[in-house]
Order: sequence, then C-alpha cells, then structure tokens
Amino acid sequence: MIKYFKAFIFFLCLWPLGIIITNIYYNDLGPEPVKKIMNHFGEWTLIFICLTLSMSPLKRITNLSFWIKFRRMLGLFVFFYATIHLLTYVGLDYRFDWEPIINDVLKKKYIFIGFSAWLLLIPLAATSSQKMIRILRHNWKNLHRLIYAIAIFGSLHYIWLSKTIFFKPLIYTAIIVVLLALRIKIKKRDINYG
Amino acid sequence: MKKISFSEITPEKIYLKRRDFIKKLGLSTSSLMIGQNFLNNAYASTNNLEPTEYRYISTYNNYYEFGTRKSDPVEKSQNFKTEPWNIKIDGEVENKFNISALEINNMFESEERIYRLRCVEGWSMVIPWMGFSLSKLLEKAKPNNKAKFVEFISVYDPAQMPGQKYPILQWPYREGLRIDEAMHPLTTLVTGLYGKKLPNQNGAPLRLIVPWKYGFKSAKAIVNIKLVEKMPTSSWMRSSPREYGFYSNVNPNVDHPRWSQASERVIGSGILSERIPTQMFNGYGDEVADLYSGMDLKKYF
Repeated sequence: MIKYFKAFIFFLCLWPLGIIITNIYYNDLGPEPVKKIMNHFGEWTLIFICLTLSMSPLKRITNLSFWIKFRRMLGLFVFFYATIHLLTYVGLDYRFDWEPIINDVLKKKYIFIGFSAWLLLIPLAATSSQKMIRILRHNWKNLHRLIYAIAIFGSLHYIWLSKTIFFKPLIYTAIIVVLLALRIKIKKRDINYG
Repeated sequence: MKKISFSEITPEKIYLKRRDFIKKLGLSTSSLMIGQNFLNNAYASTNNLEPTEYRYISTYNNYYEFGTRKSDPVEKSQNFKTEPWNIKIDGEVENKFNISALEINNMFESEERIYRLRCVEGWSMVIPWMGFSLSKLLEKAKPNNKAKFVEFISVYDPAQMPGQKYPILQWPYREGLRIDEAMHPLTTLVTGLYGKKLPNQNGAPLRLIVPWKYGFKSAKAIVNIKLVEKMPTSSWMRSSPREYGFYSNVNPNVDHPRWSQASERVIGSGILSERIPTQMFNGYGDEVADLYSGMDLKKYF
C-alpha cells in the first residue's frame, strides 16, 4: 500500500515540472520566459525544502513514523529542482558564458549564497541511499544536518534578490525558522530525532 | 494573465504602415525646420528598431503604486481616474502655473518617438511613445537662475492606488533630473503609446521618458514639476542609496548590487533567444554623452 502511495507522491512532486512543460507547449510563459522558469523552479526548491523539513516534526506531532518514509524522496526533489533552477540560470539565461557567471557568483551575494546552497546539496544527494546510511553510520546524521544551513541559505538567497521588502521571501523565511525552531525543542526531549 | 481582445491591439501591419507613412512625411518636412536636425538624428538612430508588442508593453509594468507584481498595474489601474488632471509647475521659475492634462495635449503636439527602455532589473523593450520634449513645457515656466534641478512628483491617491497603502517606497513617488538633462530634447513628456492614449498602467495621463536612463527615472502620473536649487532625493535613492544613484544612466560598466548591467533580456523575444549587450547610455551616447563630460560615472552612478 505504502509503495503505491509513494509512487503517487512521486508523480505529484513532478507537478512543478509539468506546469513548465505545459507552459512551453502552449507558449504561455509571458514576456520574460527565462526569468519565469528560473523563478518558478527557485520557488519550488524552497517549497520542497520546507516539505522535507516538515517530515520529522510531523512524525513527532502525529506520532506516526509514516512521514519519515517520504523524507528522502522530498529531499532528492529539493536537489532536482535546485539543479534545474541553476541550469536555467547557467544554460538558458547565460548560455554557459562563464565569465559573467563567475563574476556574478563572486560579486553578488545572493548568487554566492544560492550557489553555495546548491554545492552543499551535492553530498546530501550523493549519500541518500540506504547503503550510504549504513556506511556512514553516525556521520550520516551529522552530514545531513547540512539541510538546516541549506534552508537558511535558500531563504537568504530569496530575500537578497528581492528589490524591496516583499511578502513572499519573508513568508518562506518564517516557515523555515519555525521548522528549525521545532527541532531545538525536539532535541532537548529526545536526542534521536534529527 | 489578463486577456486583451483583438480590437485593443493595433494590427502590426497597419501600425508599421502608419509608421512608414509618418516617417516619409516627417523626415521630408521637419528636416526643413531649423533646430530639428538634432531630433531627426536621434530619430534616425532609432527608427530601425522593432517595437515590442503592445500586449507586453501594456501588461508587464513596474508601477508600485498599483502593487509590486508586474501584472498588478494592468489589473488594478483600469478604474484609475485621469480626468480631470492638473499639473502644477512651480519652484524656481518666473512663471508658476497650473495646467490640465487636456490643455497640455492641446497646446503641444505629440509626435511618435520610438525609444529603447532599459529597466534596472535587466530587461528591455522598444516602445513607440507619443509625446514631446519636456523643454517646451519648462520654457513656458521660465526657470530662473537658481533652477539647477527639476523634481517630478507623482500622484498620491491611496484610495485609487492600492500599492500606496504599503510603505514599499516613500509616497508620493519622486524623481529628479539635472536641469540640462531635463531640457535635453530626448527627455520626453509622454501622452500616448502606439499612436493612442496612454494606458493607465503605463503612467497616464502624463509621464516622463528619459531614454538614456534606467526606467525608474521616468516618473509616471506626474502632478507636480518643481524646479529646485538643490539635488532632489528620489524615492529610490531614499529607499536604498547604495543601489540607486541620482543619475542612474544606463551603464554596462557599473553593476547594480543585484543585477549585472552588462547585458539585458529583450522582452517578448522567446525562450531560446539570447541576452543582448547593454549599450552605454542605452545607445543614446551620441546625443547625451556631452552632458557628463569630465564626470566619473562610476562615482556618480
């Protein structure tokens, strides 16, 4: 049963990709299509970060271990959408023209922190398998706490790229702060919850 | 996105024909007029530009008085009242006066001016405005010798402009130019777009266009033009002085902290088209570079 449900969630997670494919098919991306695609995947990356971080608090609140079964998949979708987001910027927007890209990474703090967040995602994606969990043992948990830093980097990335004080980046930041704050309490009660 | 009915859009073929007609007519007659040579040159340098489609110019706007999303202005400005509309011209002038937008339309003949518009956010359009040189209006006020700068103040009406209920920027919106910039023939007071009345979302009834500066310098829905002695502080300078300077000339060599200004995305050019390099003074260097001779434009950005 859980297998089918997982498959269902997997296809649901592809929804943001489906939206863009449909938009491209109907030529419905508006006046600045590249920016729209980039923002779309950037925002979905943040949403998936929030979803991933929600699983262990949900487990605690509902007392159901069921939630944890989705954490890896959701985390891998974070990496998936972050990578498409980055590729849109590097490939579609700047045509792999490395000079302005390197310049941006070094000079613009929102790009620097966004790129750092993506780099930090790589070891997490690479060690997501059951096998790697066994190999890394305790270190696995420590390594995967990097997601907390990635979440903060992601929200800073959104805040710093905004032109004025905008509503949305602050909403995401608030959600992430709450999800991280829940963990501080969790740890005090039970060291096993990560 | 809000759908625009076909009847609202000038068919491109008719539009291009009309432009061609005006061009043939305009270039032969106005070139006889003294003092028009300069503008003809400016016109000639831009008349091979392909205007951005009307549906993009009229739906993709930064006009924070109506909200911060690009789609807010077209969605929330349709009931905005632009009649009656009075503009006050005062400050360091011999002849202060109030004039209505209607009187301005009758007093000054608008001509088509196709200019590039470069937004500080890194995108650009080519827009066929209707308008006339701001200098014509300013001359009527007779600026005195203390008039060193011109301040433009936009309308404040939070009941009609939902964005003004939030302190996104200091309201009313303020912008400024140095007097020689304001008197430059390229500096345009805009009354229309694509041969028609200016849509509300584009700054009706009267807005400024300074084609060699980033778009935000071109204040919309102006109610007061004030000639002043000291450099005015614009709304964007007040909000973030590090990011927005007084001059804000389009300059590919001076980056904004967030956006690279070396290149730009052309609006409406499709998903696979490349960025194009941004030009110094947005391509109007021949006309305006003299205004800044000897100035360090990295310092006075």
